[in-house]
Amino acid sequence: MTDPALEPYGDPITGPFWEAAARRVLLIQRCEDCEACQFYPRPICLACESRHLAWIEASGTATIYSLTTVHLRTAPEFEPPYVTALIDLDEGVRMLTIIIGDNPKIGDRVRLAWRERDGLPPLPIWTTEWRKQ
Amino acid sequence: MSFWERNPIYVVGAAETLLGVVPDHTELSMFALAAQEALSEAGMTFKDVDGIFVNYMGEEGSVQVGEYLGISAPRYVDSADIGGASFVAFVHHAMNAIPYGRCEVALIGYASRQRSLRNRSYTLKERGLDNAAQFEKPYGLPSPIGYYAMIAARHFHEYGTQSEQLAEIAVAARRWAQLNPKAWKRNPLTVEDVMESRLICKPLRRLDCCLITDGGGAVILSNKERARDARKKPVRVLGAGESQTRWNLSQAADITVTPGVVSGRAALGMAGISPTNVDFLQPYDSFTITVLTALEDLGFCKKGEGGAFVENGRLAPGGALPAMTSGGGLSYNHPGALGVQIIIEAVRQLRGEAGARQLEDPKIGVVHGVGVLLSTAATAVLAND
Repeated sequence: MTDPALEPYGDPITGPFWEAAARRVLLIQRCEDCEACQFYPRPICLACESRHLAWIEASGTATIYSLTTVHLRTAPEFEPPYVTALIDLDEGVRMLTIIIGDNPKIGDRVRLAWRERDGLPPLPIWTTEWRKQ
Repeated sequence: MSFWERNPIYVVGAAETLLGVVPDHTELSMFALAAQEALSEAGMTFKDVDGIFVNYMGEEGSVQVGEYLGISAPRYVDSADIGGASFVAFVHHAMNAIPYGRCEVALIGYASRQRSLRNRSYTLKERGLDNAAQFEKPYGLPSPIGYYAMIAARHFHEYGTQSEQLAEIAVAARRWAQLNPKAWKRNPLTVEDVMESRLICKPLRRLDCCLITDGGGAVILSNKERARDARKKPVRVLGAGESQTRWNLSQAADITVTPGVVSGRAALGMAGISPTNVDFLQPYDSFTITVLTALEDLGFCKKGEGGAFVENGRLAPGGALPAMTSGGGLSYNHPGALGVQIIIEAVRQLRGEAGARQLEDPKIGVVHGVGVLLSTAATAVLAND
């Protein structure tokens, strides 16, 4: 059974993110007035307080800001050890994610990948591998 | 004469609950006994309390506690939940209520039986569904340790901080605990022991983490007039402050910077002191990295220099900045929120009641609570004057 805590929240502001994820497209918000990008989605631009926010597709490249290797068993879908990280997307927003691939380190460049999930939209994760999937 | 010189606030009573494993009580009954002991120090009874400042980490608040204690008509109640920082923040809140007559006798406290109930969990179900968490929860970061590990990893990367330096903090706490008969862990501990303990979330190991015990405590704050009733020496509150940063880790520009920057500046500024005037520090040592960032953000050393600062036993017995003098959350007691107990330890040191671990005539102590995922902080300056 899917843990309800892992489900998308289902509100109008964040819904488009998960609808796009279902198509393996990573969306972030960009302000139409000041062009600042932001994540996670909100109805107001945190930089200039404009309400004119549009969705753009992220380039899918990022840099690792920090990371930890988890040696605890937290949930059935995670087999320890695994790497959870903060990454800075090239658009200037930061996300928490899982990193796959060999020996990730702070400062490494990573690329968008997707993890399929039962009964939930695919989850954006990131990889140190640069070969075409 | 400043406002606070004309309207000084005092801690007039302080007491711990039963500690360790408490199988034969509820949180409410534990807290009632501690609150009564604290009131007894103040020369007061429950009938004197007209301000209630409690939170049970989301389980029970001022209404349940007030009813249980028979405090039927308080004039000021506060169950703000900013995690482990709540209780030092309550000192700040009570300071801003008492001089204006909004209440006269403030009861601050907490109790928990996390060890007996075994309800501390690292699974992802621990945090409920909330709007922002939908973007972090699916990524398997254990709460809270994973968050603190990520902060430590970035600190290591930016400043060259090393695991051995974090281990020094755990060793300092243990050396204090060895002087405290109430401490949970009193066996000797070395840096090597910490380094050899199990890796949980790199770079944090088992012995970088606080204990999980039952415990809690109560403190009573009041004004100068009521402090004359006290049966033990009142301890003056010179300053207090609080702040918060973020909930999700992705929402801070620099995750190594804590809200202690703001709470510390406010509290020390209000007290009119600098870190060089401080005789001891009671930081909330939820993890070793929590202490390291507190030292930097409160201004005891520069950002990034916390690792070198804690070397050579600086925080340990005999060191230049005694810290965690009860043994702290790392070795004395950690009931889910240590915040009230760091105030109690500061009061004991300033009154000269700390037994084998007593410092030599301390005048000024700083207590620094932090909470949630290093998201909140509250600082207070206490004085024996």
